[in-house]
Amino acid sequence: MNNPHRIDALTPGTFSLDGEEVEFGHGESILQAATRAGHYIPHLCWHPEFGAAGSCRICTVKVNGRTGAACTVHAASGQEVESDTPELNAQRKTMLQMLFVEGNHFCPSCEKSGNCSLQATAYAMGMEGPHFEEFYPDRPVDATHPDMMLDLNRCILCGLCMRASQQADHKDVFAIGGHGIHTHLLVNSPSGQLGDSHFLPTDRAANICPTGVILHKRRGFVIPIGQRTFDAKPISQQVEGGGL
Amino acid sequence: MTHHHAWLETLLTRHQHAPHQLVQVLREVQAEQHWISRETLGQIADALHLPLAQVEGVAGFYRFFHTRPVGQYRVLLSDNITDRMLGSEALMQALCDRLKVQPGVMRQDGRVSVAATSCTGLCDQGPAALINHHQVVTRLTPARIEHMAALIETQVPVAQWPAEWSRVDDQIRLADIKLGAQPPLGQAIAAAIARGPQGMLDDIKRSKLRGRGGAGFATGTKWQLCRNFNGQTHYVVCNADEGEPGTFKDRVLLSSFADTVFEGMAIAALVVGARQGLVYLRGEYRHLLEPLEGVLQRRREQQLLGKAIQGLGGFDFDIRIHVGAGAYVCGEESALIESLEGKRGTPRIRPPFPVEAGYLGQPTTVNNVETFAAATHIAVHGGDWWAKIGTPQSTGTKIHSVSGDCERPGLYEYPFGTRIGRILEDCGATNTQAVQVGGPSGVCLSPLEFGRRIGFEDVPTAGAFMVFDRSRDMFEVARNFAQFFAHESCGFCTPCRVGTELVVRRMDKLRRGYGSSEDVQVLYELDKLMHGATHCGLGAAACNPLRDTITKFRPAYEKHLQSLHFAPGFDMDAELSQARLATGRDDSGAHLENMA
Repeated sequence: MNNPHRIDALTPGTFSLDGEEVEFGHGESILQAATRAGHYIPHLCWHPEFGAAGSCRICTVKVNGRTGAACTVHAASGQEVESDTPELNAQRKTMLQMLFVEGNHFCPSCEKSGNCSLQATAYAMGMEGPHFEEFYPDRPVDATHPDMMLDLNRCILCGLCMRASQQADHKDVFAIGGHGIHTHLLVNSPSGQLGDSHFLPTDRAANICPTGVILHKRRGFVIPIGQRTFDAKPISQQVEGGGL
Repeated sequence: MTHHHAWLETLLTRHQHAPHQLVQVLREVQAEQHWISRETLGQIADALHLPLAQVEGVAGFYRFFHTRPVGQYRVLLSDNITDRMLGSEALMQALCDRLKVQPGVMRQDGRVSVAATSCTGLCDQGPAALINHHQVVTRLTPARIEHMAALIETQVPVAQWPAEWSRVDDQIRLADIKLGAQPPLGQAIAAAIARGPQGMLDDIKRSKLRGRGGAGFATGTKWQLCRNFNGQTHYVVCNADEGEPGTFKDRVLLSSFADTVFEGMAIAALVVGARQGLVYLRGEYRHLLEPLEGVLQRRREQQLLGKAIQGLGGFDFDIRIHVGAGAYVCGEESALIESLEGKRGTPRIRPPFPVEAGYLGQPTTVNNVETFAAATHIAVHGGDWWAKIGTPQSTGTKIHSVSGDCERPGLYEYPFGTRIGRILEDCGATNTQAVQVGGPSGVCLSPLEFGRRIGFEDVPTAGAFMVFDRSRDMFEVARNFAQFFAHESCGFCTPCRVGTELVVRRMDKLRRGYGSSEDVQVLYELDKLMHGATHCGLGAAACNPLRDTITKFRPAYEKHLQSLHFAPGFDMDAELSQARLATGRDDSGAHLENMA
């Protein structure tokens, strides 16, 4: 899509995030600047190492009264940004519920439980149930790779694996296919299966899935429930790169 | 090298093995082979040096590409509400019955596939069908359906079907500037050359011309921005992806006034400094491709395109036509550019806007077909002349595609500021219950509002004007539009991808009689969410018809509620579907409602 390294001629300065001043640098988005300053704006498809996609919309904030995704709106001096408000958090909860019902997310039996950003963000937004009817889609599991597996039931189409594979691994192992509610993840290999691709467990893309799609074989439950990332502290207190 | 390999190689060479030609390559392969096999996808990927998954992702995005076998005859019936009002659903059933085929499933002998498709832009002469993503059939009747089934069974080539079937009429009912007498060829370009690029731009600004695609952005400002941004080159793009259901004015402009449109593109090229123009022609208008290529060729011979236009050294400009493949979202200008570049038609993150970084990263102005036509007339008559027509905020005229319940459907051109009621009177609409102005993403007006006026300051429109009389169920109108948005969602962002599907499920539940007032409340909530949270305007507008009809025609919804208060959690009969499947039973005794 767009060049993530685009530098705008915006003068660095500060904007206000829920009443607190946040400094930003050249060409930074609101989410980049907020994250660097240690502030939590809920998000799923954004990661500090990669360009923004703007697809999950969980980071939707109000900038001077207009809504926009914090990962795609460029920071500018004097912006009044609202994020942690009952209205925006309710909206986030609804979109999280949408992500839950469009896939098959069974937290109690999922290897990723406790390390899952979707689950942790849902807790942070006070989600207690799916609200909407479950779609229960029929999605495949791909176990053809010797060291990795793909459980597409849990895919939220954040595209992080695709961007990591392109931008960090220079491999293009993943792509997005289909359209509408049938949009899905594709694997780049002659058969379309992971076992025929150039995917390696050491790839950045193998270690970036925010949910439980891309899993390492023979590592299930090595870290017991109770000692996992979000068991220790809620996601809102574990901002990536916070305070750097 | 096999015959197939040689053929594909010739095609790829014609497209210079350029990755940004991928959508055109896929379209031509599909036209030749009916569908695109994985093996062919792989060959294309290798030749264009693209990952196979990316090529597969592009092929899977467009509704007119098939990566699984489809019938030798592919019949798509236009599924706009106006087609349904003319009986398209029963006609589709009749065709499927005669051919013994299920909608959307290829017949086992590979002969035929029948399915529904989004509005094909023939609402004033429907019900309409699109055959093999190319030929159109208008004014379908039970007799035509019966005959069509017989032609398919006896394998008569589509080219030999009755010529009358593919007759497409302009149906211009009321002409003003754009649909009236046209200036002599080249006069507008000559006038633009005489003024010079800056002078022409100033005139467009003086005219206060605003984009005719719906958003109404000031054309002069757009051209100015594009002109000012530096690039290796600049592009002029004509948005002829007329996908808004109920709109068909661009089809007529391209059929009968193509010179005026191309002349407007050349004027834009002079202003912004472009050498290459592109027309994004929607796949549904594939039948216009050869006539349009003919007009372009004639204009080259007339020195109205090509090198040194009208003898002006350095004024080099030519136009290429890109044919879409069935994706409404590509009407959004940044999605359109992605598609032109051979990618999935997903709207871009903006800024940067296309005027700064558009086609292949270069400054690009994207304007509607009707906007270019207007620019031609402004070049001839001047900006001040145009600015005096219409209203101060909405200058000039607007073409309306009128369809639905009226005696004289077709095109009507009025100055901005025209009353809704006036248009209804002129088209012979009686006993009118509602008008959908601007298509599903526009606004639904009730009789209380027929005194309102067309214009960006009151009722903006991209050109659709669908009329519903009192015999129509406005709930069914909204349900048709909800299905349209779910079908056309690109799937990129969460609220649109899942939200449009949730809306359809709620509407279907209400229709089956299992809905409650709680479901109507959820529809309200989804509308609110999608207005603020989606990535582009498609998602933001997806609930417009819903909101309007719930607000203005609530009894139409309440009629479908089992009870206004009780909230049944699930459909008991539907829960038994798995049991019916397992037991192979689907008789009346296997359905709950019959268990008295």
